[in-house]
Parts: sequence; C-alpha cells; structure tokens
Amino acid sequence: MVDAALTEDLTTRVFALLADVPDPEIPVLSLTDLGIIRELRLGAPPELVITPTYSGCPAAIAIHSAIRAALDQAGLSHITIKTELAPAWTTDWISAAGREKLRAYGIAPPETAAARLAGKAAQPAICPQCGSTQTTEISRFGSTPCKALWRCLACAEPFDRFKCI
Amino acid sequence: MREQLARELGDDALILGHRLSEWCGHAPSLEIDLALANIGLDLLGQAQFFLTLAGAPDGRDADALAYRRTEDEFCNCLLVEQPNGDFARTIARQFLFSAWQELRFAELAGDADAQIAAIAAKAVKEISYHASFAGDWVIRLGDGTEESHRRMAEGLDWCWRFTDELFAGDAAALRPAWAARVEATLAQAGLPTPKPVRGITGGRVGRHSEHLGHILAEMQYLPRAHPDAVW
Repeated sequence: MVDAALTEDLTTRVFALLADVPDPEIPVLSLTDLGIIRELRLGAPPELVITPTYSGCPAAIAIHSAIRAALDQAGLSHITIKTELAPAWTTDWISAAGREKLRAYGIAPPETAAARLAGKAAQPAICPQCGSTQTTEISRFGSTPCKALWRCLACAEPFDRFKCI
Repeated sequence: MREQLARELGDDALILGHRLSEWCGHAPSLEIDLALANIGLDLLGQAQFFLTLAGAPDGRDADALAYRRTEDEFCNCLLVEQPNGDFARTIARQFLFSAWQELRFAELAGDADAQIAAIAAKAVKEISYHASFAGDWVIRLGDGTEESHRRMAEGLDWCWRFTDELFAGDAAALRPAWAARVEATLAQAGLPTPKPVRGITGGRVGRHSEHLGHILAEMQYLPRAHPDAVW
C-alpha cells in the first residue's frame, strides 16, 4: 500500500519534471507534450523509457542529455534512461495542449489519426496565422525531419506544418 | 541470420544516406536540398539502428561497422552506391529503392525478430514520405519538358539493371507488388517501362562496383586517420 503510493509519487514527479523540459528543436513543446516519454518502469533501478520521433532525429542526443540533467538536478540520478522503438512514435501522441502550443507558435499541428483515416489528401493544413484552410504544400520536407513547408493562399504567409506520421 | 539481414539493411541505408548527403548545397532548389538531406538523415538513423543490432554479437558498435570495414565487408545492394548523376538519375534511384524499401519494411514490421520488426515499423512511416516524394518527381519530370522527360527516362534506364538484386532470397515475393507500383507511376509520368536487361548483382555478398571504394575513402578518412577523435 505504502509502496504503491510511493510508486505513484515517483511517476508523477518524473512526468511533472519533464513537463518543464523543452524540446531542443521546438522549444515551445515540452518533452511530455511531444509524447516521447513513454513510462517510468519501476524496479531497481527505475527505468525511464523514451522513444525517438524520427530514426535520424538529430535532437535525440540533446534530448537524452536534457532528461539526464533534469533527473540529476532533482536528485533522481538513480533513474536510468532507456530508448525503445516499439511501438513506433506517432504524432497522435502529441498532447492536446501540445497541439495548441504548436498552433500558437506558428506551426500547424499534425492531423489526428481519425482525420487521417477520413482521407489524407482531403485534409489541407489550417494556416496558424489566419486560420484559413486555403493552403498548399510547398515542400514535403522542411527545416527539421518532423516538419513540412506550407503556405497560406489567404494571407500569403509561409508556415511549417508538423508532419503526420 | 538476423545479423546478416541487419547488416544488409543497415548498409543500404548508410550508403544511400551518404550519397544523398552529397547533394547538400548542390540541389536544384532549396526545397529539394532540404528534402534530400532529410531523406538522408532518416536513412542514417535507420543505419544506426540496424548496424547497432548487426554488431552487437561481436561487441562492435554502429560506428565500428560504418568506419572500420573494407568494401568487401559491406553488403548493401549495388543500386544505392551508384553515383548521383543528374537530378533525374538520383530521383530514379530513390524511386526504385524507396518503393522496394517500403514494401520490404512493411513486411519486416511483422517479423518474428522483435528488434528487426521494431526498427522496420518505425522506419516504414518515414519511407512512405521518401517514396511519395520520389514518385511525385518521377511524374513531374516524366510529364514535364522534352529534356526532363528524356533525362528521367535515361535515369531509369541506368538504374534498372540494379533492381534484380533487390529481390534476391526471401524478398523475391515482393516483386509483383513492386513492379505494379513502379509501372503505375511510370504510366502516370508518360514514361516507358525500361527494357529488361541482364541484372547486375553481387553487392549482398561483398562484390561491389568501384564506386563504393570512393564513398568509403571519403566517409572513413577521418575516423581512420584520427581513430580517437571525438566531437
């Protein structure tokens, strides 16, 4: 009973801690918003399971170091970090709060799995500047592996769109 | 068995990733530069995962496999080591390879080996972007000007002889689906299907074209000259 309470505490504490650690490439998102913190697997020592966004994500090492630093500073040096690939990360794991932060930052959030199933081609990005759906893709690849380049036909602004994977 | 497969898939990704990185700063437009570099980066990430797996039994990491092997120890397919040529030939190589890789990885995502399956399931999502990017360009060039059409057809002709090798061993069953996909795109592009040619193989068993040695000379120079160098 006591153990269960402690367990709950540690998990909550670690997730709260990482909710304040920004993603190095899109600092408006925290690591928990991005959905790459999978779980805290309890044991001796406890293991924090994380997953990469893209196979070649250049931020992976910076993310690992940032998590390590956050844990160490909180006196949780005993927690180890493990990277697991399966199940593969999907943009559906970006939190609702994370999507809103992306939009406010000027990046169109990825469509959800439900929207994708309804017909991928029929889903234009919504311009994060003016809200128009009159948008077109400039390039399927953008400034980072996770983004594509779009432009708005209504307000003429270019914008990044988080790629849906 | 598993190590051999991981080595083949890892070497494919590493060598093609390196080839694509050669376009960095030279592509026809900024967007294409970004796209090719991004595809190369995805491939490099896949190579890291596969080569880590391949080297584990001998206690060698991915860097040891990438930087400390000679040409005859690499088992990438010959297609990926072919020089970039012009943009159309690069697109032809990418299109033929990504279409194969997407089918192959979709299949491997259900592999009995959990680690191979995990890497494949992750990578296939990235590959679907590569395949659609390359397919779109095949159509755009094939259905473009007289010159772009001619160059695209020449690029496909050049690469065609290296496609037989993709279907060796247990990948043979993928051929009909691959051919259907390739032909559908070529039809849309108004391009003829290249004429059958005698396939050139050997990459999987370490018999490479001279091009691989030149790639390795560039890729391996620094770690071989300065084995203890760190960032």
